Amino acid sequence: MPENGIGASSVRREDIRFLSGNGKYTDDINVHGQKYVFFLRSDVAHGKINSIDTSKAEAVSGVVGIFTGDDFVEVGGLPCGWQVTDRFGEVMKEPGHPVLAQGKVRHVGDPIAAVVADSLEIARDAAEVINVDLEELPAVVDMKAAVEGGTLVHDEIETNLCYDWGFVEENRDAVDEAIKSAHHVTTLELVNNRLVPNAMEPRVAIGDYDASNDQSTLYTTSQNPHVIRLLMGAFVLQIPEHKLRVVAPDVGGGFGSKIFHYAEEAFCTLAARKLRVPVKWTASRTESFITDAHGRDHVTKIELALDENGMFQAIRTDTCANMGAYLSTFSTSVPTWLHGTLMAGNYKTPLIYVNVKAVFTNTVPVDAYRGAGRPEATFQLERVIDKAAREMGMDPVEIRRKNFIQKDEFPYATPVALEYDTGDYDATMDKLHEIADLDGYEARAKASREKGLLRGLGINCYIEACGIAPSNLVGMLGARAGLYESATVRVNATGSITVMTGCHSHGQGHETTFPQVIADMIGISEDQVHIQHGDTSNTPMGMGTYGSRSIAVGGAAMVRATEKIIAKAKKIAAHLMEASAEDIELKDGSFSVVGTDKSVGWGDVCLAAYVPHNYPLEELEPGLEETAFYDPANFTFPAGAYACEVEVDPDTGKVDICSFAATDDFGNVINPMVVDGQVHGGIAQGIGQALREHAFYDENGQLLSGTYMDYSMPRADDLPSFVVDHSCQTPCTHNPLGVKGCGEAGAIGSPPAVVNAVIDALNKGGFDVNHIDMPLSPSRVWTAING
Amino acid sequence: MATVTMTVNGKSVSGEVEGRTLLSDFVRNNLNLTGTHIGCDTSQCGACVVHVDGKAVKSCTIFALEVEGSTVKTIEGMANPDGSLGVVQQAFQDNHGLQCGFCTPGMVMSAAALLDENPNPTETEIREYLEGNICRCTGYHNIVKSIQAAAVAA
Ligand code: FES
Ligand code: FES
Repeated sequence: MPENGIGASSVRREDIRFLSGNGKYTDDINVHGQKYVFFLRSDVAHGKINSIDTSKAEAVSGVVGIFTGDDFVEVGGLPCGWQVTDRFGEVMKEPGHPVLAQGKVRHVGDPIAAVVADSLEIARDAAEVINVDLEELPAVVDMKAAVEGGTLVHDEIETNLCYDWGFVEENRDAVDEAIKSAHHVTTLELVNNRLVPNAMEPRVAIGDYDASNDQSTLYTTSQNPHVIRLLMGAFVLQIPEHKLRVVAPDVGGGFGSKIFHYAEEAFCTLAARKLRVPVKWTASRTESFITDAHGRDHVTKIELALDENGMFQAIRTDTCANMGAYLSTFSTSVPTWLHGTLMAGNYKTPLIYVNVKAVFTNTVPVDAYRGAGRPEATFQLERVIDKAAREMGMDPVEIRRKNFIQKDEFPYATPVALEYDTGDYDATMDKLHEIADLDGYEARAKASREKGLLRGLGINCYIEACGIAPSNLVGMLGARAGLYESATVRVNATGSITVMTGCHSHGQGHETTFPQVIADMIGISEDQVHIQHGDTSNTPMGMGTYGSRSIAVGGAAMVRATEKIIAKAKKIAAHLMEASAEDIELKDGSFSVVGTDKSVGWGDVCLAAYVPHNYPLEELEPGLEETAFYDPANFTFPAGAYACEVEVDPDTGKVDICSFAATDDFGNVINPMVVDGQVHGGIAQGIGQALREHAFYDENGQLLSGTYMDYSMPRADDLPSFVVDHSCQTPCTHNPLGVKGCGEAGAIGSPPAVVNAVIDALNKGGFDVNHIDMPLSPSRVWTAING
Repeated sequence: MATVTMTVNGKSVSGEVEGRTLLSDFVRNNLNLTGTHIGCDTSQCGACVVHVDGKAVKSCTIFALEVEGSTVKTIEGMANPDGSLGVVQQAFQDNHGLQCGFCTPGMVMSAAALLDENPNPTETEIREYLEGNICRCTGYHNIVKSIQAAAVAA
């Protein structure tokens, strides 16, 4: 393994500040003279606001300003970034999403009023004496009930159905026919449970306004400061980009939940302008539970048609996807383009039809959460395959293998619009067999039986589409943004390098891994490269970090910019050595003339660029700084195979994860240690979804699991150590690094492995149980066992 | 308002606080030691763990006035005298025991307290001890590894 550059497990340089308490998260920022905002939020899921009386609150000493929806009528609502067109060619229903509620509240947590005061305590005390005449309305929580009508979340759109999407619509009849005439059809109805992303850092927003130059600054916990500047500036507050700076400093985890533009960001920015004081908001964890966009929440029926040999013939799915009360930024794309296109999985199913009904309910908005649509696709597919194997008396690994797309069949066009560039699914399955020690399984099962426990083994595959995405393609599909990424590579006069990237690191380690790439390309030490990100005022316009895109898209932009740097540096070197640029070679930080012993160092060339005394000024500008925007040609397709072993206690229904093994094909890997860490974290979140986590609403729209006492986060003693491997590598063919991205794989591949394992344990133990909905809590498992 | 005095990271400090001021707020707001993090409002996450008189304490569960006269150590006090990372901190860096870094100060403080009590913990003992510290990023795998490495290095 190399010690420097691509492939090295370089320790993370950012860790030093995090480990010594010197990280700078948004809440660590205090702007001189700042005031504090407290949001008065709805405690009912649905209600009509008859009146709001703020007079008593205004009289509280220390209150600086009070705002209600009426103060925001002139600004736009929060925009949705993706317009979906339904099966009938109609565009989706897109009701307004006001910054502060106007006329109605639509979920517990919807902000009714905001108090800005000298201290948070004063703001909170004042909010308590705001008198809201709120007429509670019946809440609609269940998606089926919502589709049937009755109570409307948004009266003006006259339905709770956002869209009824069919994909691929032209396949609909052929799929119906294939299922009707199939040798065998396996049907499974399942729920993909609603989750709360729960990044450990709660969201924070600080608005600041400098009247001297009419400049607004927003400090915010965001994965994509440029996207926030674009959405908030252009659509909500009408502040042009050059008057608006968005800073996302160190961010304590995102997992998707910090992609979106939230009301509090717009509020703090506008309130600072109106009040001419900085305004700070820090979410309490309780507030996070009822305001951060939730994830998943699909109810699905999937049918898999097979021939007598177990070959897949067709797939038909029918899904209801919860949007919550409003359309969050990318909510509409998750159950459609990020889900339907993945239904082919790793298999050669010729016919697929996916139907998705997106539904409004009186709950917190739902949007992308680690994996975003791909976990939902993988879960149903890998569960129904297991059920089909059981029904047909086939081995679950064999049935998968015989349906795999074979390694010599790439590039492979699926019936759901994707073209996979590379893969070798048998190789990852072989590797899994080895690292999970599947040969030793029977002995371990026997040991479990001797303890009176049921042991089960769950195996599944996954594929995901990452590196989102070709801009022209997503534009055709309804995205209201491009999805390129950018990098400016600034070489300093003494040869050190500053890279300004539009990506954002909130745990992924870009400050360490991006320099590894440049170090490799130029042949200098990683320490000479510094990564700058998170501030729209000093980075080029970029789309941020999500969808496992940073290295595949942002890394590619950085490579392109560095290639331009190298090309120019070669010309400078050629001049210095009186040779032709075509004859210059760069190796180990030194330029040489091929076939001679002439050479000049990287540092000398950089210095010449900035002190151009001996320099071809007629042909070449001084300086060494280049920018590149990279728009990917295709998605990348990481894929893998996962194995989970569980023990189930039949007396209590408690599930213990005994082992978890993951083989992933991420293409080329920049930093194996960082990649391992990404997979570990994803697996933990997937196990959390499978066994513990559930954002559970009662019929009145109250979130019953709204604190860490009720929402069961996976803790250290709930999880085993993991066995992970990414040595099976089929490099991506269309980006310059051959990378595929690794951020979401663990969360996509792991839930079906856990559930497959539990169902396997129960069946081997003699219990005829086909499915249990996540989370597989002891009571659900016990109930399944005991009928 | 009342005055509270304590020793924090070896220095005597005092400040004006209300009766309801939590130690976590005192450390962050009065002392500007922002390494101590607030991850929840129900004493469940452990991002705020500091040492009070040598014991790991969730600083959001205790009022500043309650630690009058005590000795407090925060993440900012964990480095070696020359400023380099201390043993536990270094083990976290070497073993990739952190990602976003938000839970990390609490994790390091808990880990250090564990190793004080039990210099050679098993994996199970480490996992059980960390019951009060939530990490959403790492899946705990590398945190456990870091603590094992710190035990060997200490
Ligand atoms: S902030 Fe103290 S336990 Fe969460
Ligand atoms: S490193 Fe992010 S929460 Fe632990």
